[in-house]
Amino acid sequence: MKNLLKLTIVTLSVLVAFTSCNNQSTNGKSGALTSSAAEKVYVAPGEHDEFYAFVSGGFSGQLAVYGLPSGRLFKVIPVFSQDAEKAYGYNEETKPLLNTSYGFIPWDDAHHPDISQTNGVLDGRYVFINGNNTPRIAKVDLTTFETTEIIEIPNSAGNHSSSYVTDNTEYVVAGTRFAVPVPQQDIAIKEYKGKFKGTLSFIKVDPEDGGMDIKFQLLMPGFDYDKAHPGRGKSDGWFFFTTYNTEEANTLLEVNASQNDKDFIAAINWKKIEAYVNNGGGAMMPTNYAHNVYDEYTHSATSTMKKEVLMVDPSEVPGAVYFLPTPKSPHGCDVDPTGEYIVGSGKLSANVTVHSFTKMLAAIENEKFAGEAYGIPILNFEDVLAGAVEQPGLGPLHTEFDGEGNAYTSFFISSEIVKWKLGTWEVLDRQPSFYSIGHLMIPGGNSQKPFGKYVLGMNKITKDRYLPTGPEVTQSAQLYDISGDKMELLLDFPTVGEPHYAAGIPADLIKPNSKKIFKLEDNNHPYVAKTEADTKVVREGNIVHIYMTTIRSHFAPDNIEGVRVGDKVYFHVTNLEQDYDVPHGVSIIGANTSELLIMPGQTETFVWEPKQVGVWPFYCTDFCSALHQEMQGYIRVSPTNANTPLKWSLGEDID
Amino acid sequence: MQTFKKSMLLLLTIVAFSACKNETKDASTTSTATQADETTTERFGQAFINDDEGTPNCLQIAIGSPDHKTLVAAVQAAQVENALVNVGPLTVFAPTDAAFAALPEGTVENLVKPENKATLADILKYHVTPGNLSTSILTKLPKLGQANNQYVKVEVVDGKPVIGGANIIASVKAGNGIVHVIDKVLLPPTKE
Repeated sequence: MKNLLKLTIVTLSVLVAFTSCNNQSTNGKSGALTSSAAEKVYVAPGEHDEFYAFVSGGFSGQLAVYGLPSGRLFKVIPVFSQDAEKAYGYNEETKPLLNTSYGFIPWDDAHHPDISQTNGVLDGRYVFINGNNTPRIAKVDLTTFETTEIIEIPNSAGNHSSSYVTDNTEYVVAGTRFAVPVPQQDIAIKEYKGKFKGTLSFIKVDPEDGGMDIKFQLLMPGFDYDKAHPGRGKSDGWFFFTTYNTEEANTLLEVNASQNDKDFIAAINWKKIEAYVNNGGGAMMPTNYAHNVYDEYTHSATSTMKKEVLMVDPSEVPGAVYFLPTPKSPHGCDVDPTGEYIVGSGKLSANVTVHSFTKMLAAIENEKFAGEAYGIPILNFEDVLAGAVEQPGLGPLHTEFDGEGNAYTSFFISSEIVKWKLGTWEVLDRQPSFYSIGHLMIPGGNSQKPFGKYVLGMNKITKDRYLPTGPEVTQSAQLYDISGDKMELLLDFPTVGEPHYAAGIPADLIKPNSKKIFKLEDNNHPYVAKTEADTKVVREGNIVHIYMTTIRSHFAPDNIEGVRVGDKVYFHVTNLEQDYDVPHGVSIIGANTSELLIMPGQTETFVWEPKQVGVWPFYCTDFCSALHQEMQGYIRVSPTNANTPLKWSLGEDID
Repeated sequence: MQTFKKSMLLLLTIVAFSACKNETKDASTTSTATQADETTTERFGQAFINDDEGTPNCLQIAIGSPDHKTLVAAVQAAQVENALVNVGPLTVFAPTDAAFAALPEGTVENLVKPENKATLADILKYHVTPGNLSTSILTKLPKLGQANNQYVKVEVVDGKPVIGGANIIASVKAGNGIVHVIDKVLLPPTKE
């Protein structure tokens, strides 16, 4: 018995010893492996995340919606690319959204989302994002999480220094990356210098409905315009653009565009130019670009070609444009929440350069210029410099702010995030990224009011971070807790496409406005059938329109005869459901589309061109109900010259 | 017999918890990667991923070279490995062991001391240029902006580029750029 007792005690102490070993690893310094890190990103089943993160899908052309801190993916919002999941760009209603002056472009490269603001604070109404390849700006409505407008940007190429909004969303701005002949013309490439120009486009946003309209384009020298940021607070009314290739090279830029010690940040007084334009300034220039708008009530988009744009020559608006010398091909152009500091990250520099808005105004006031470029005054570097963060890392790219006086800069080459203090420029902390971080994002971190709890790093290299999937591995983001003095890596999570930039916002600013259904009574689609009694099939020559409805668990009509080989059959399907989260889908054998995903109260259309005689089934493609498998119908297709009468039915045979 | 059962249980318990112990060890090792402490941080990252399929990167080339033992030791002492393995592209000027040996006696020994880590890192970064610069491109450039934020002068002597007074003995293409073997250590100009 005694022995047994001893044994028990030994066992117990062993237990205690090893349990405490376990605890140590839990409380201790094991970063993301500790339960404290796990707890910080754990959102229990049924619970909601604290933030939305809208993460650009890069070359996928889409915008992904994640929750933070969990890193859970909620939705991929199709923007610049067709999406087989949502029928976006495949159904007839959304095809016009992808129209351009080059025709239907079903795929683009999505870069920099930015959330609309009121008084410099995120208002959660819209997300804007730029299409980089065939220059466009899109607007996503945050009540429906759908793309509702896309405007093409003429005289632009590589729409990269985009799409950033001013303090009151007066403008969303789109700057060209590549200089091109403006207007385009057939000239020798070596005529680049002087003949190629870069345009910066100011797109007016309607305060009521968010409608976009290009107010003016600024015709700038033929540099590359990389990133941009509006002034905030005290610098509201100005816009800043980083430039590189001020050498104006047109070949081997990796060497030839790295020759100048300093390129420029272009400071644009847009309020001054706006006043100039409002007083009749600028010249209308013939051009051609598409403006595509989706109407929530017709559930359809329309595309309009615009034929002219207002062009402003900066040399004709004195005092509106200045160049701030900034070392070595600056990429990020970031303004702190107070609007005083303009941070330029020279990507080939080891330092981060910070300009002072106050000093800039003083230098302009004193007319102390170092020279000019194409008639635009260049300020003295020393006159505008607020300070520099000395050798914080290699390859600085982008900076965001926590609203507590700290800045967070991503470093691509040295693969890290560095936290530093505004004003003293001292480095406070550094954390490695895995690997080679591009941009980073603090929710509201580019506005006047950041929510400085997390920073999201978006990495360019993933390598060994996840289970390997062949040569192509997932794109990746990393979440860091920045609520303490030191950053703490909490979470890795995969992303859709290359995440160039993201915009984050407290969920509470969006959640209450999220739409649940579309009201059937408000449906103004030209081919809507609001009841089963309204359903019909109409022939116009070889075009057949089917006005169809869906409700759990049948189509109306579900038997159709009189369709012929060679017809073009439009299925206009209205979802009669008025319950949250009861979409229906539809497709038919041989159709180019395999789904429509129709939300309650919505009408969507796909086209079917029957090529073979027979009786062909169609079915619901979204699991809708217990009798989803019964949700089906038939269409009889007769030969081209047949005279089978056009008839349809539900619940009874066609006579 | 009861006692035997108990001891088996005890053994099992020990085994179970030993397993836990190992796990913990692994965990805390991995965790150093997320530490702010620089000395441990730099031991992790792309430099430490095993990859024998790709073209060797600038660091792997230096490590594999019999003439760059001092350079490799210096890179390790300064803990700048990750800067040499990034996707780059990078141009690395790699002084030979002989070049290091030509420095005044005691220089290298002094530089690799922990307290001189920052100075050593600065010198090493002065040997790195962002960009993939072949010898023929180098002859066209008057100066190079180095990773420590200073410039090094390029002269052309007999049609060949001379970098801050150093001759290029050989050039090796790397997976993430190019390594030029040079016969002299480049010392950064004194900062104001």
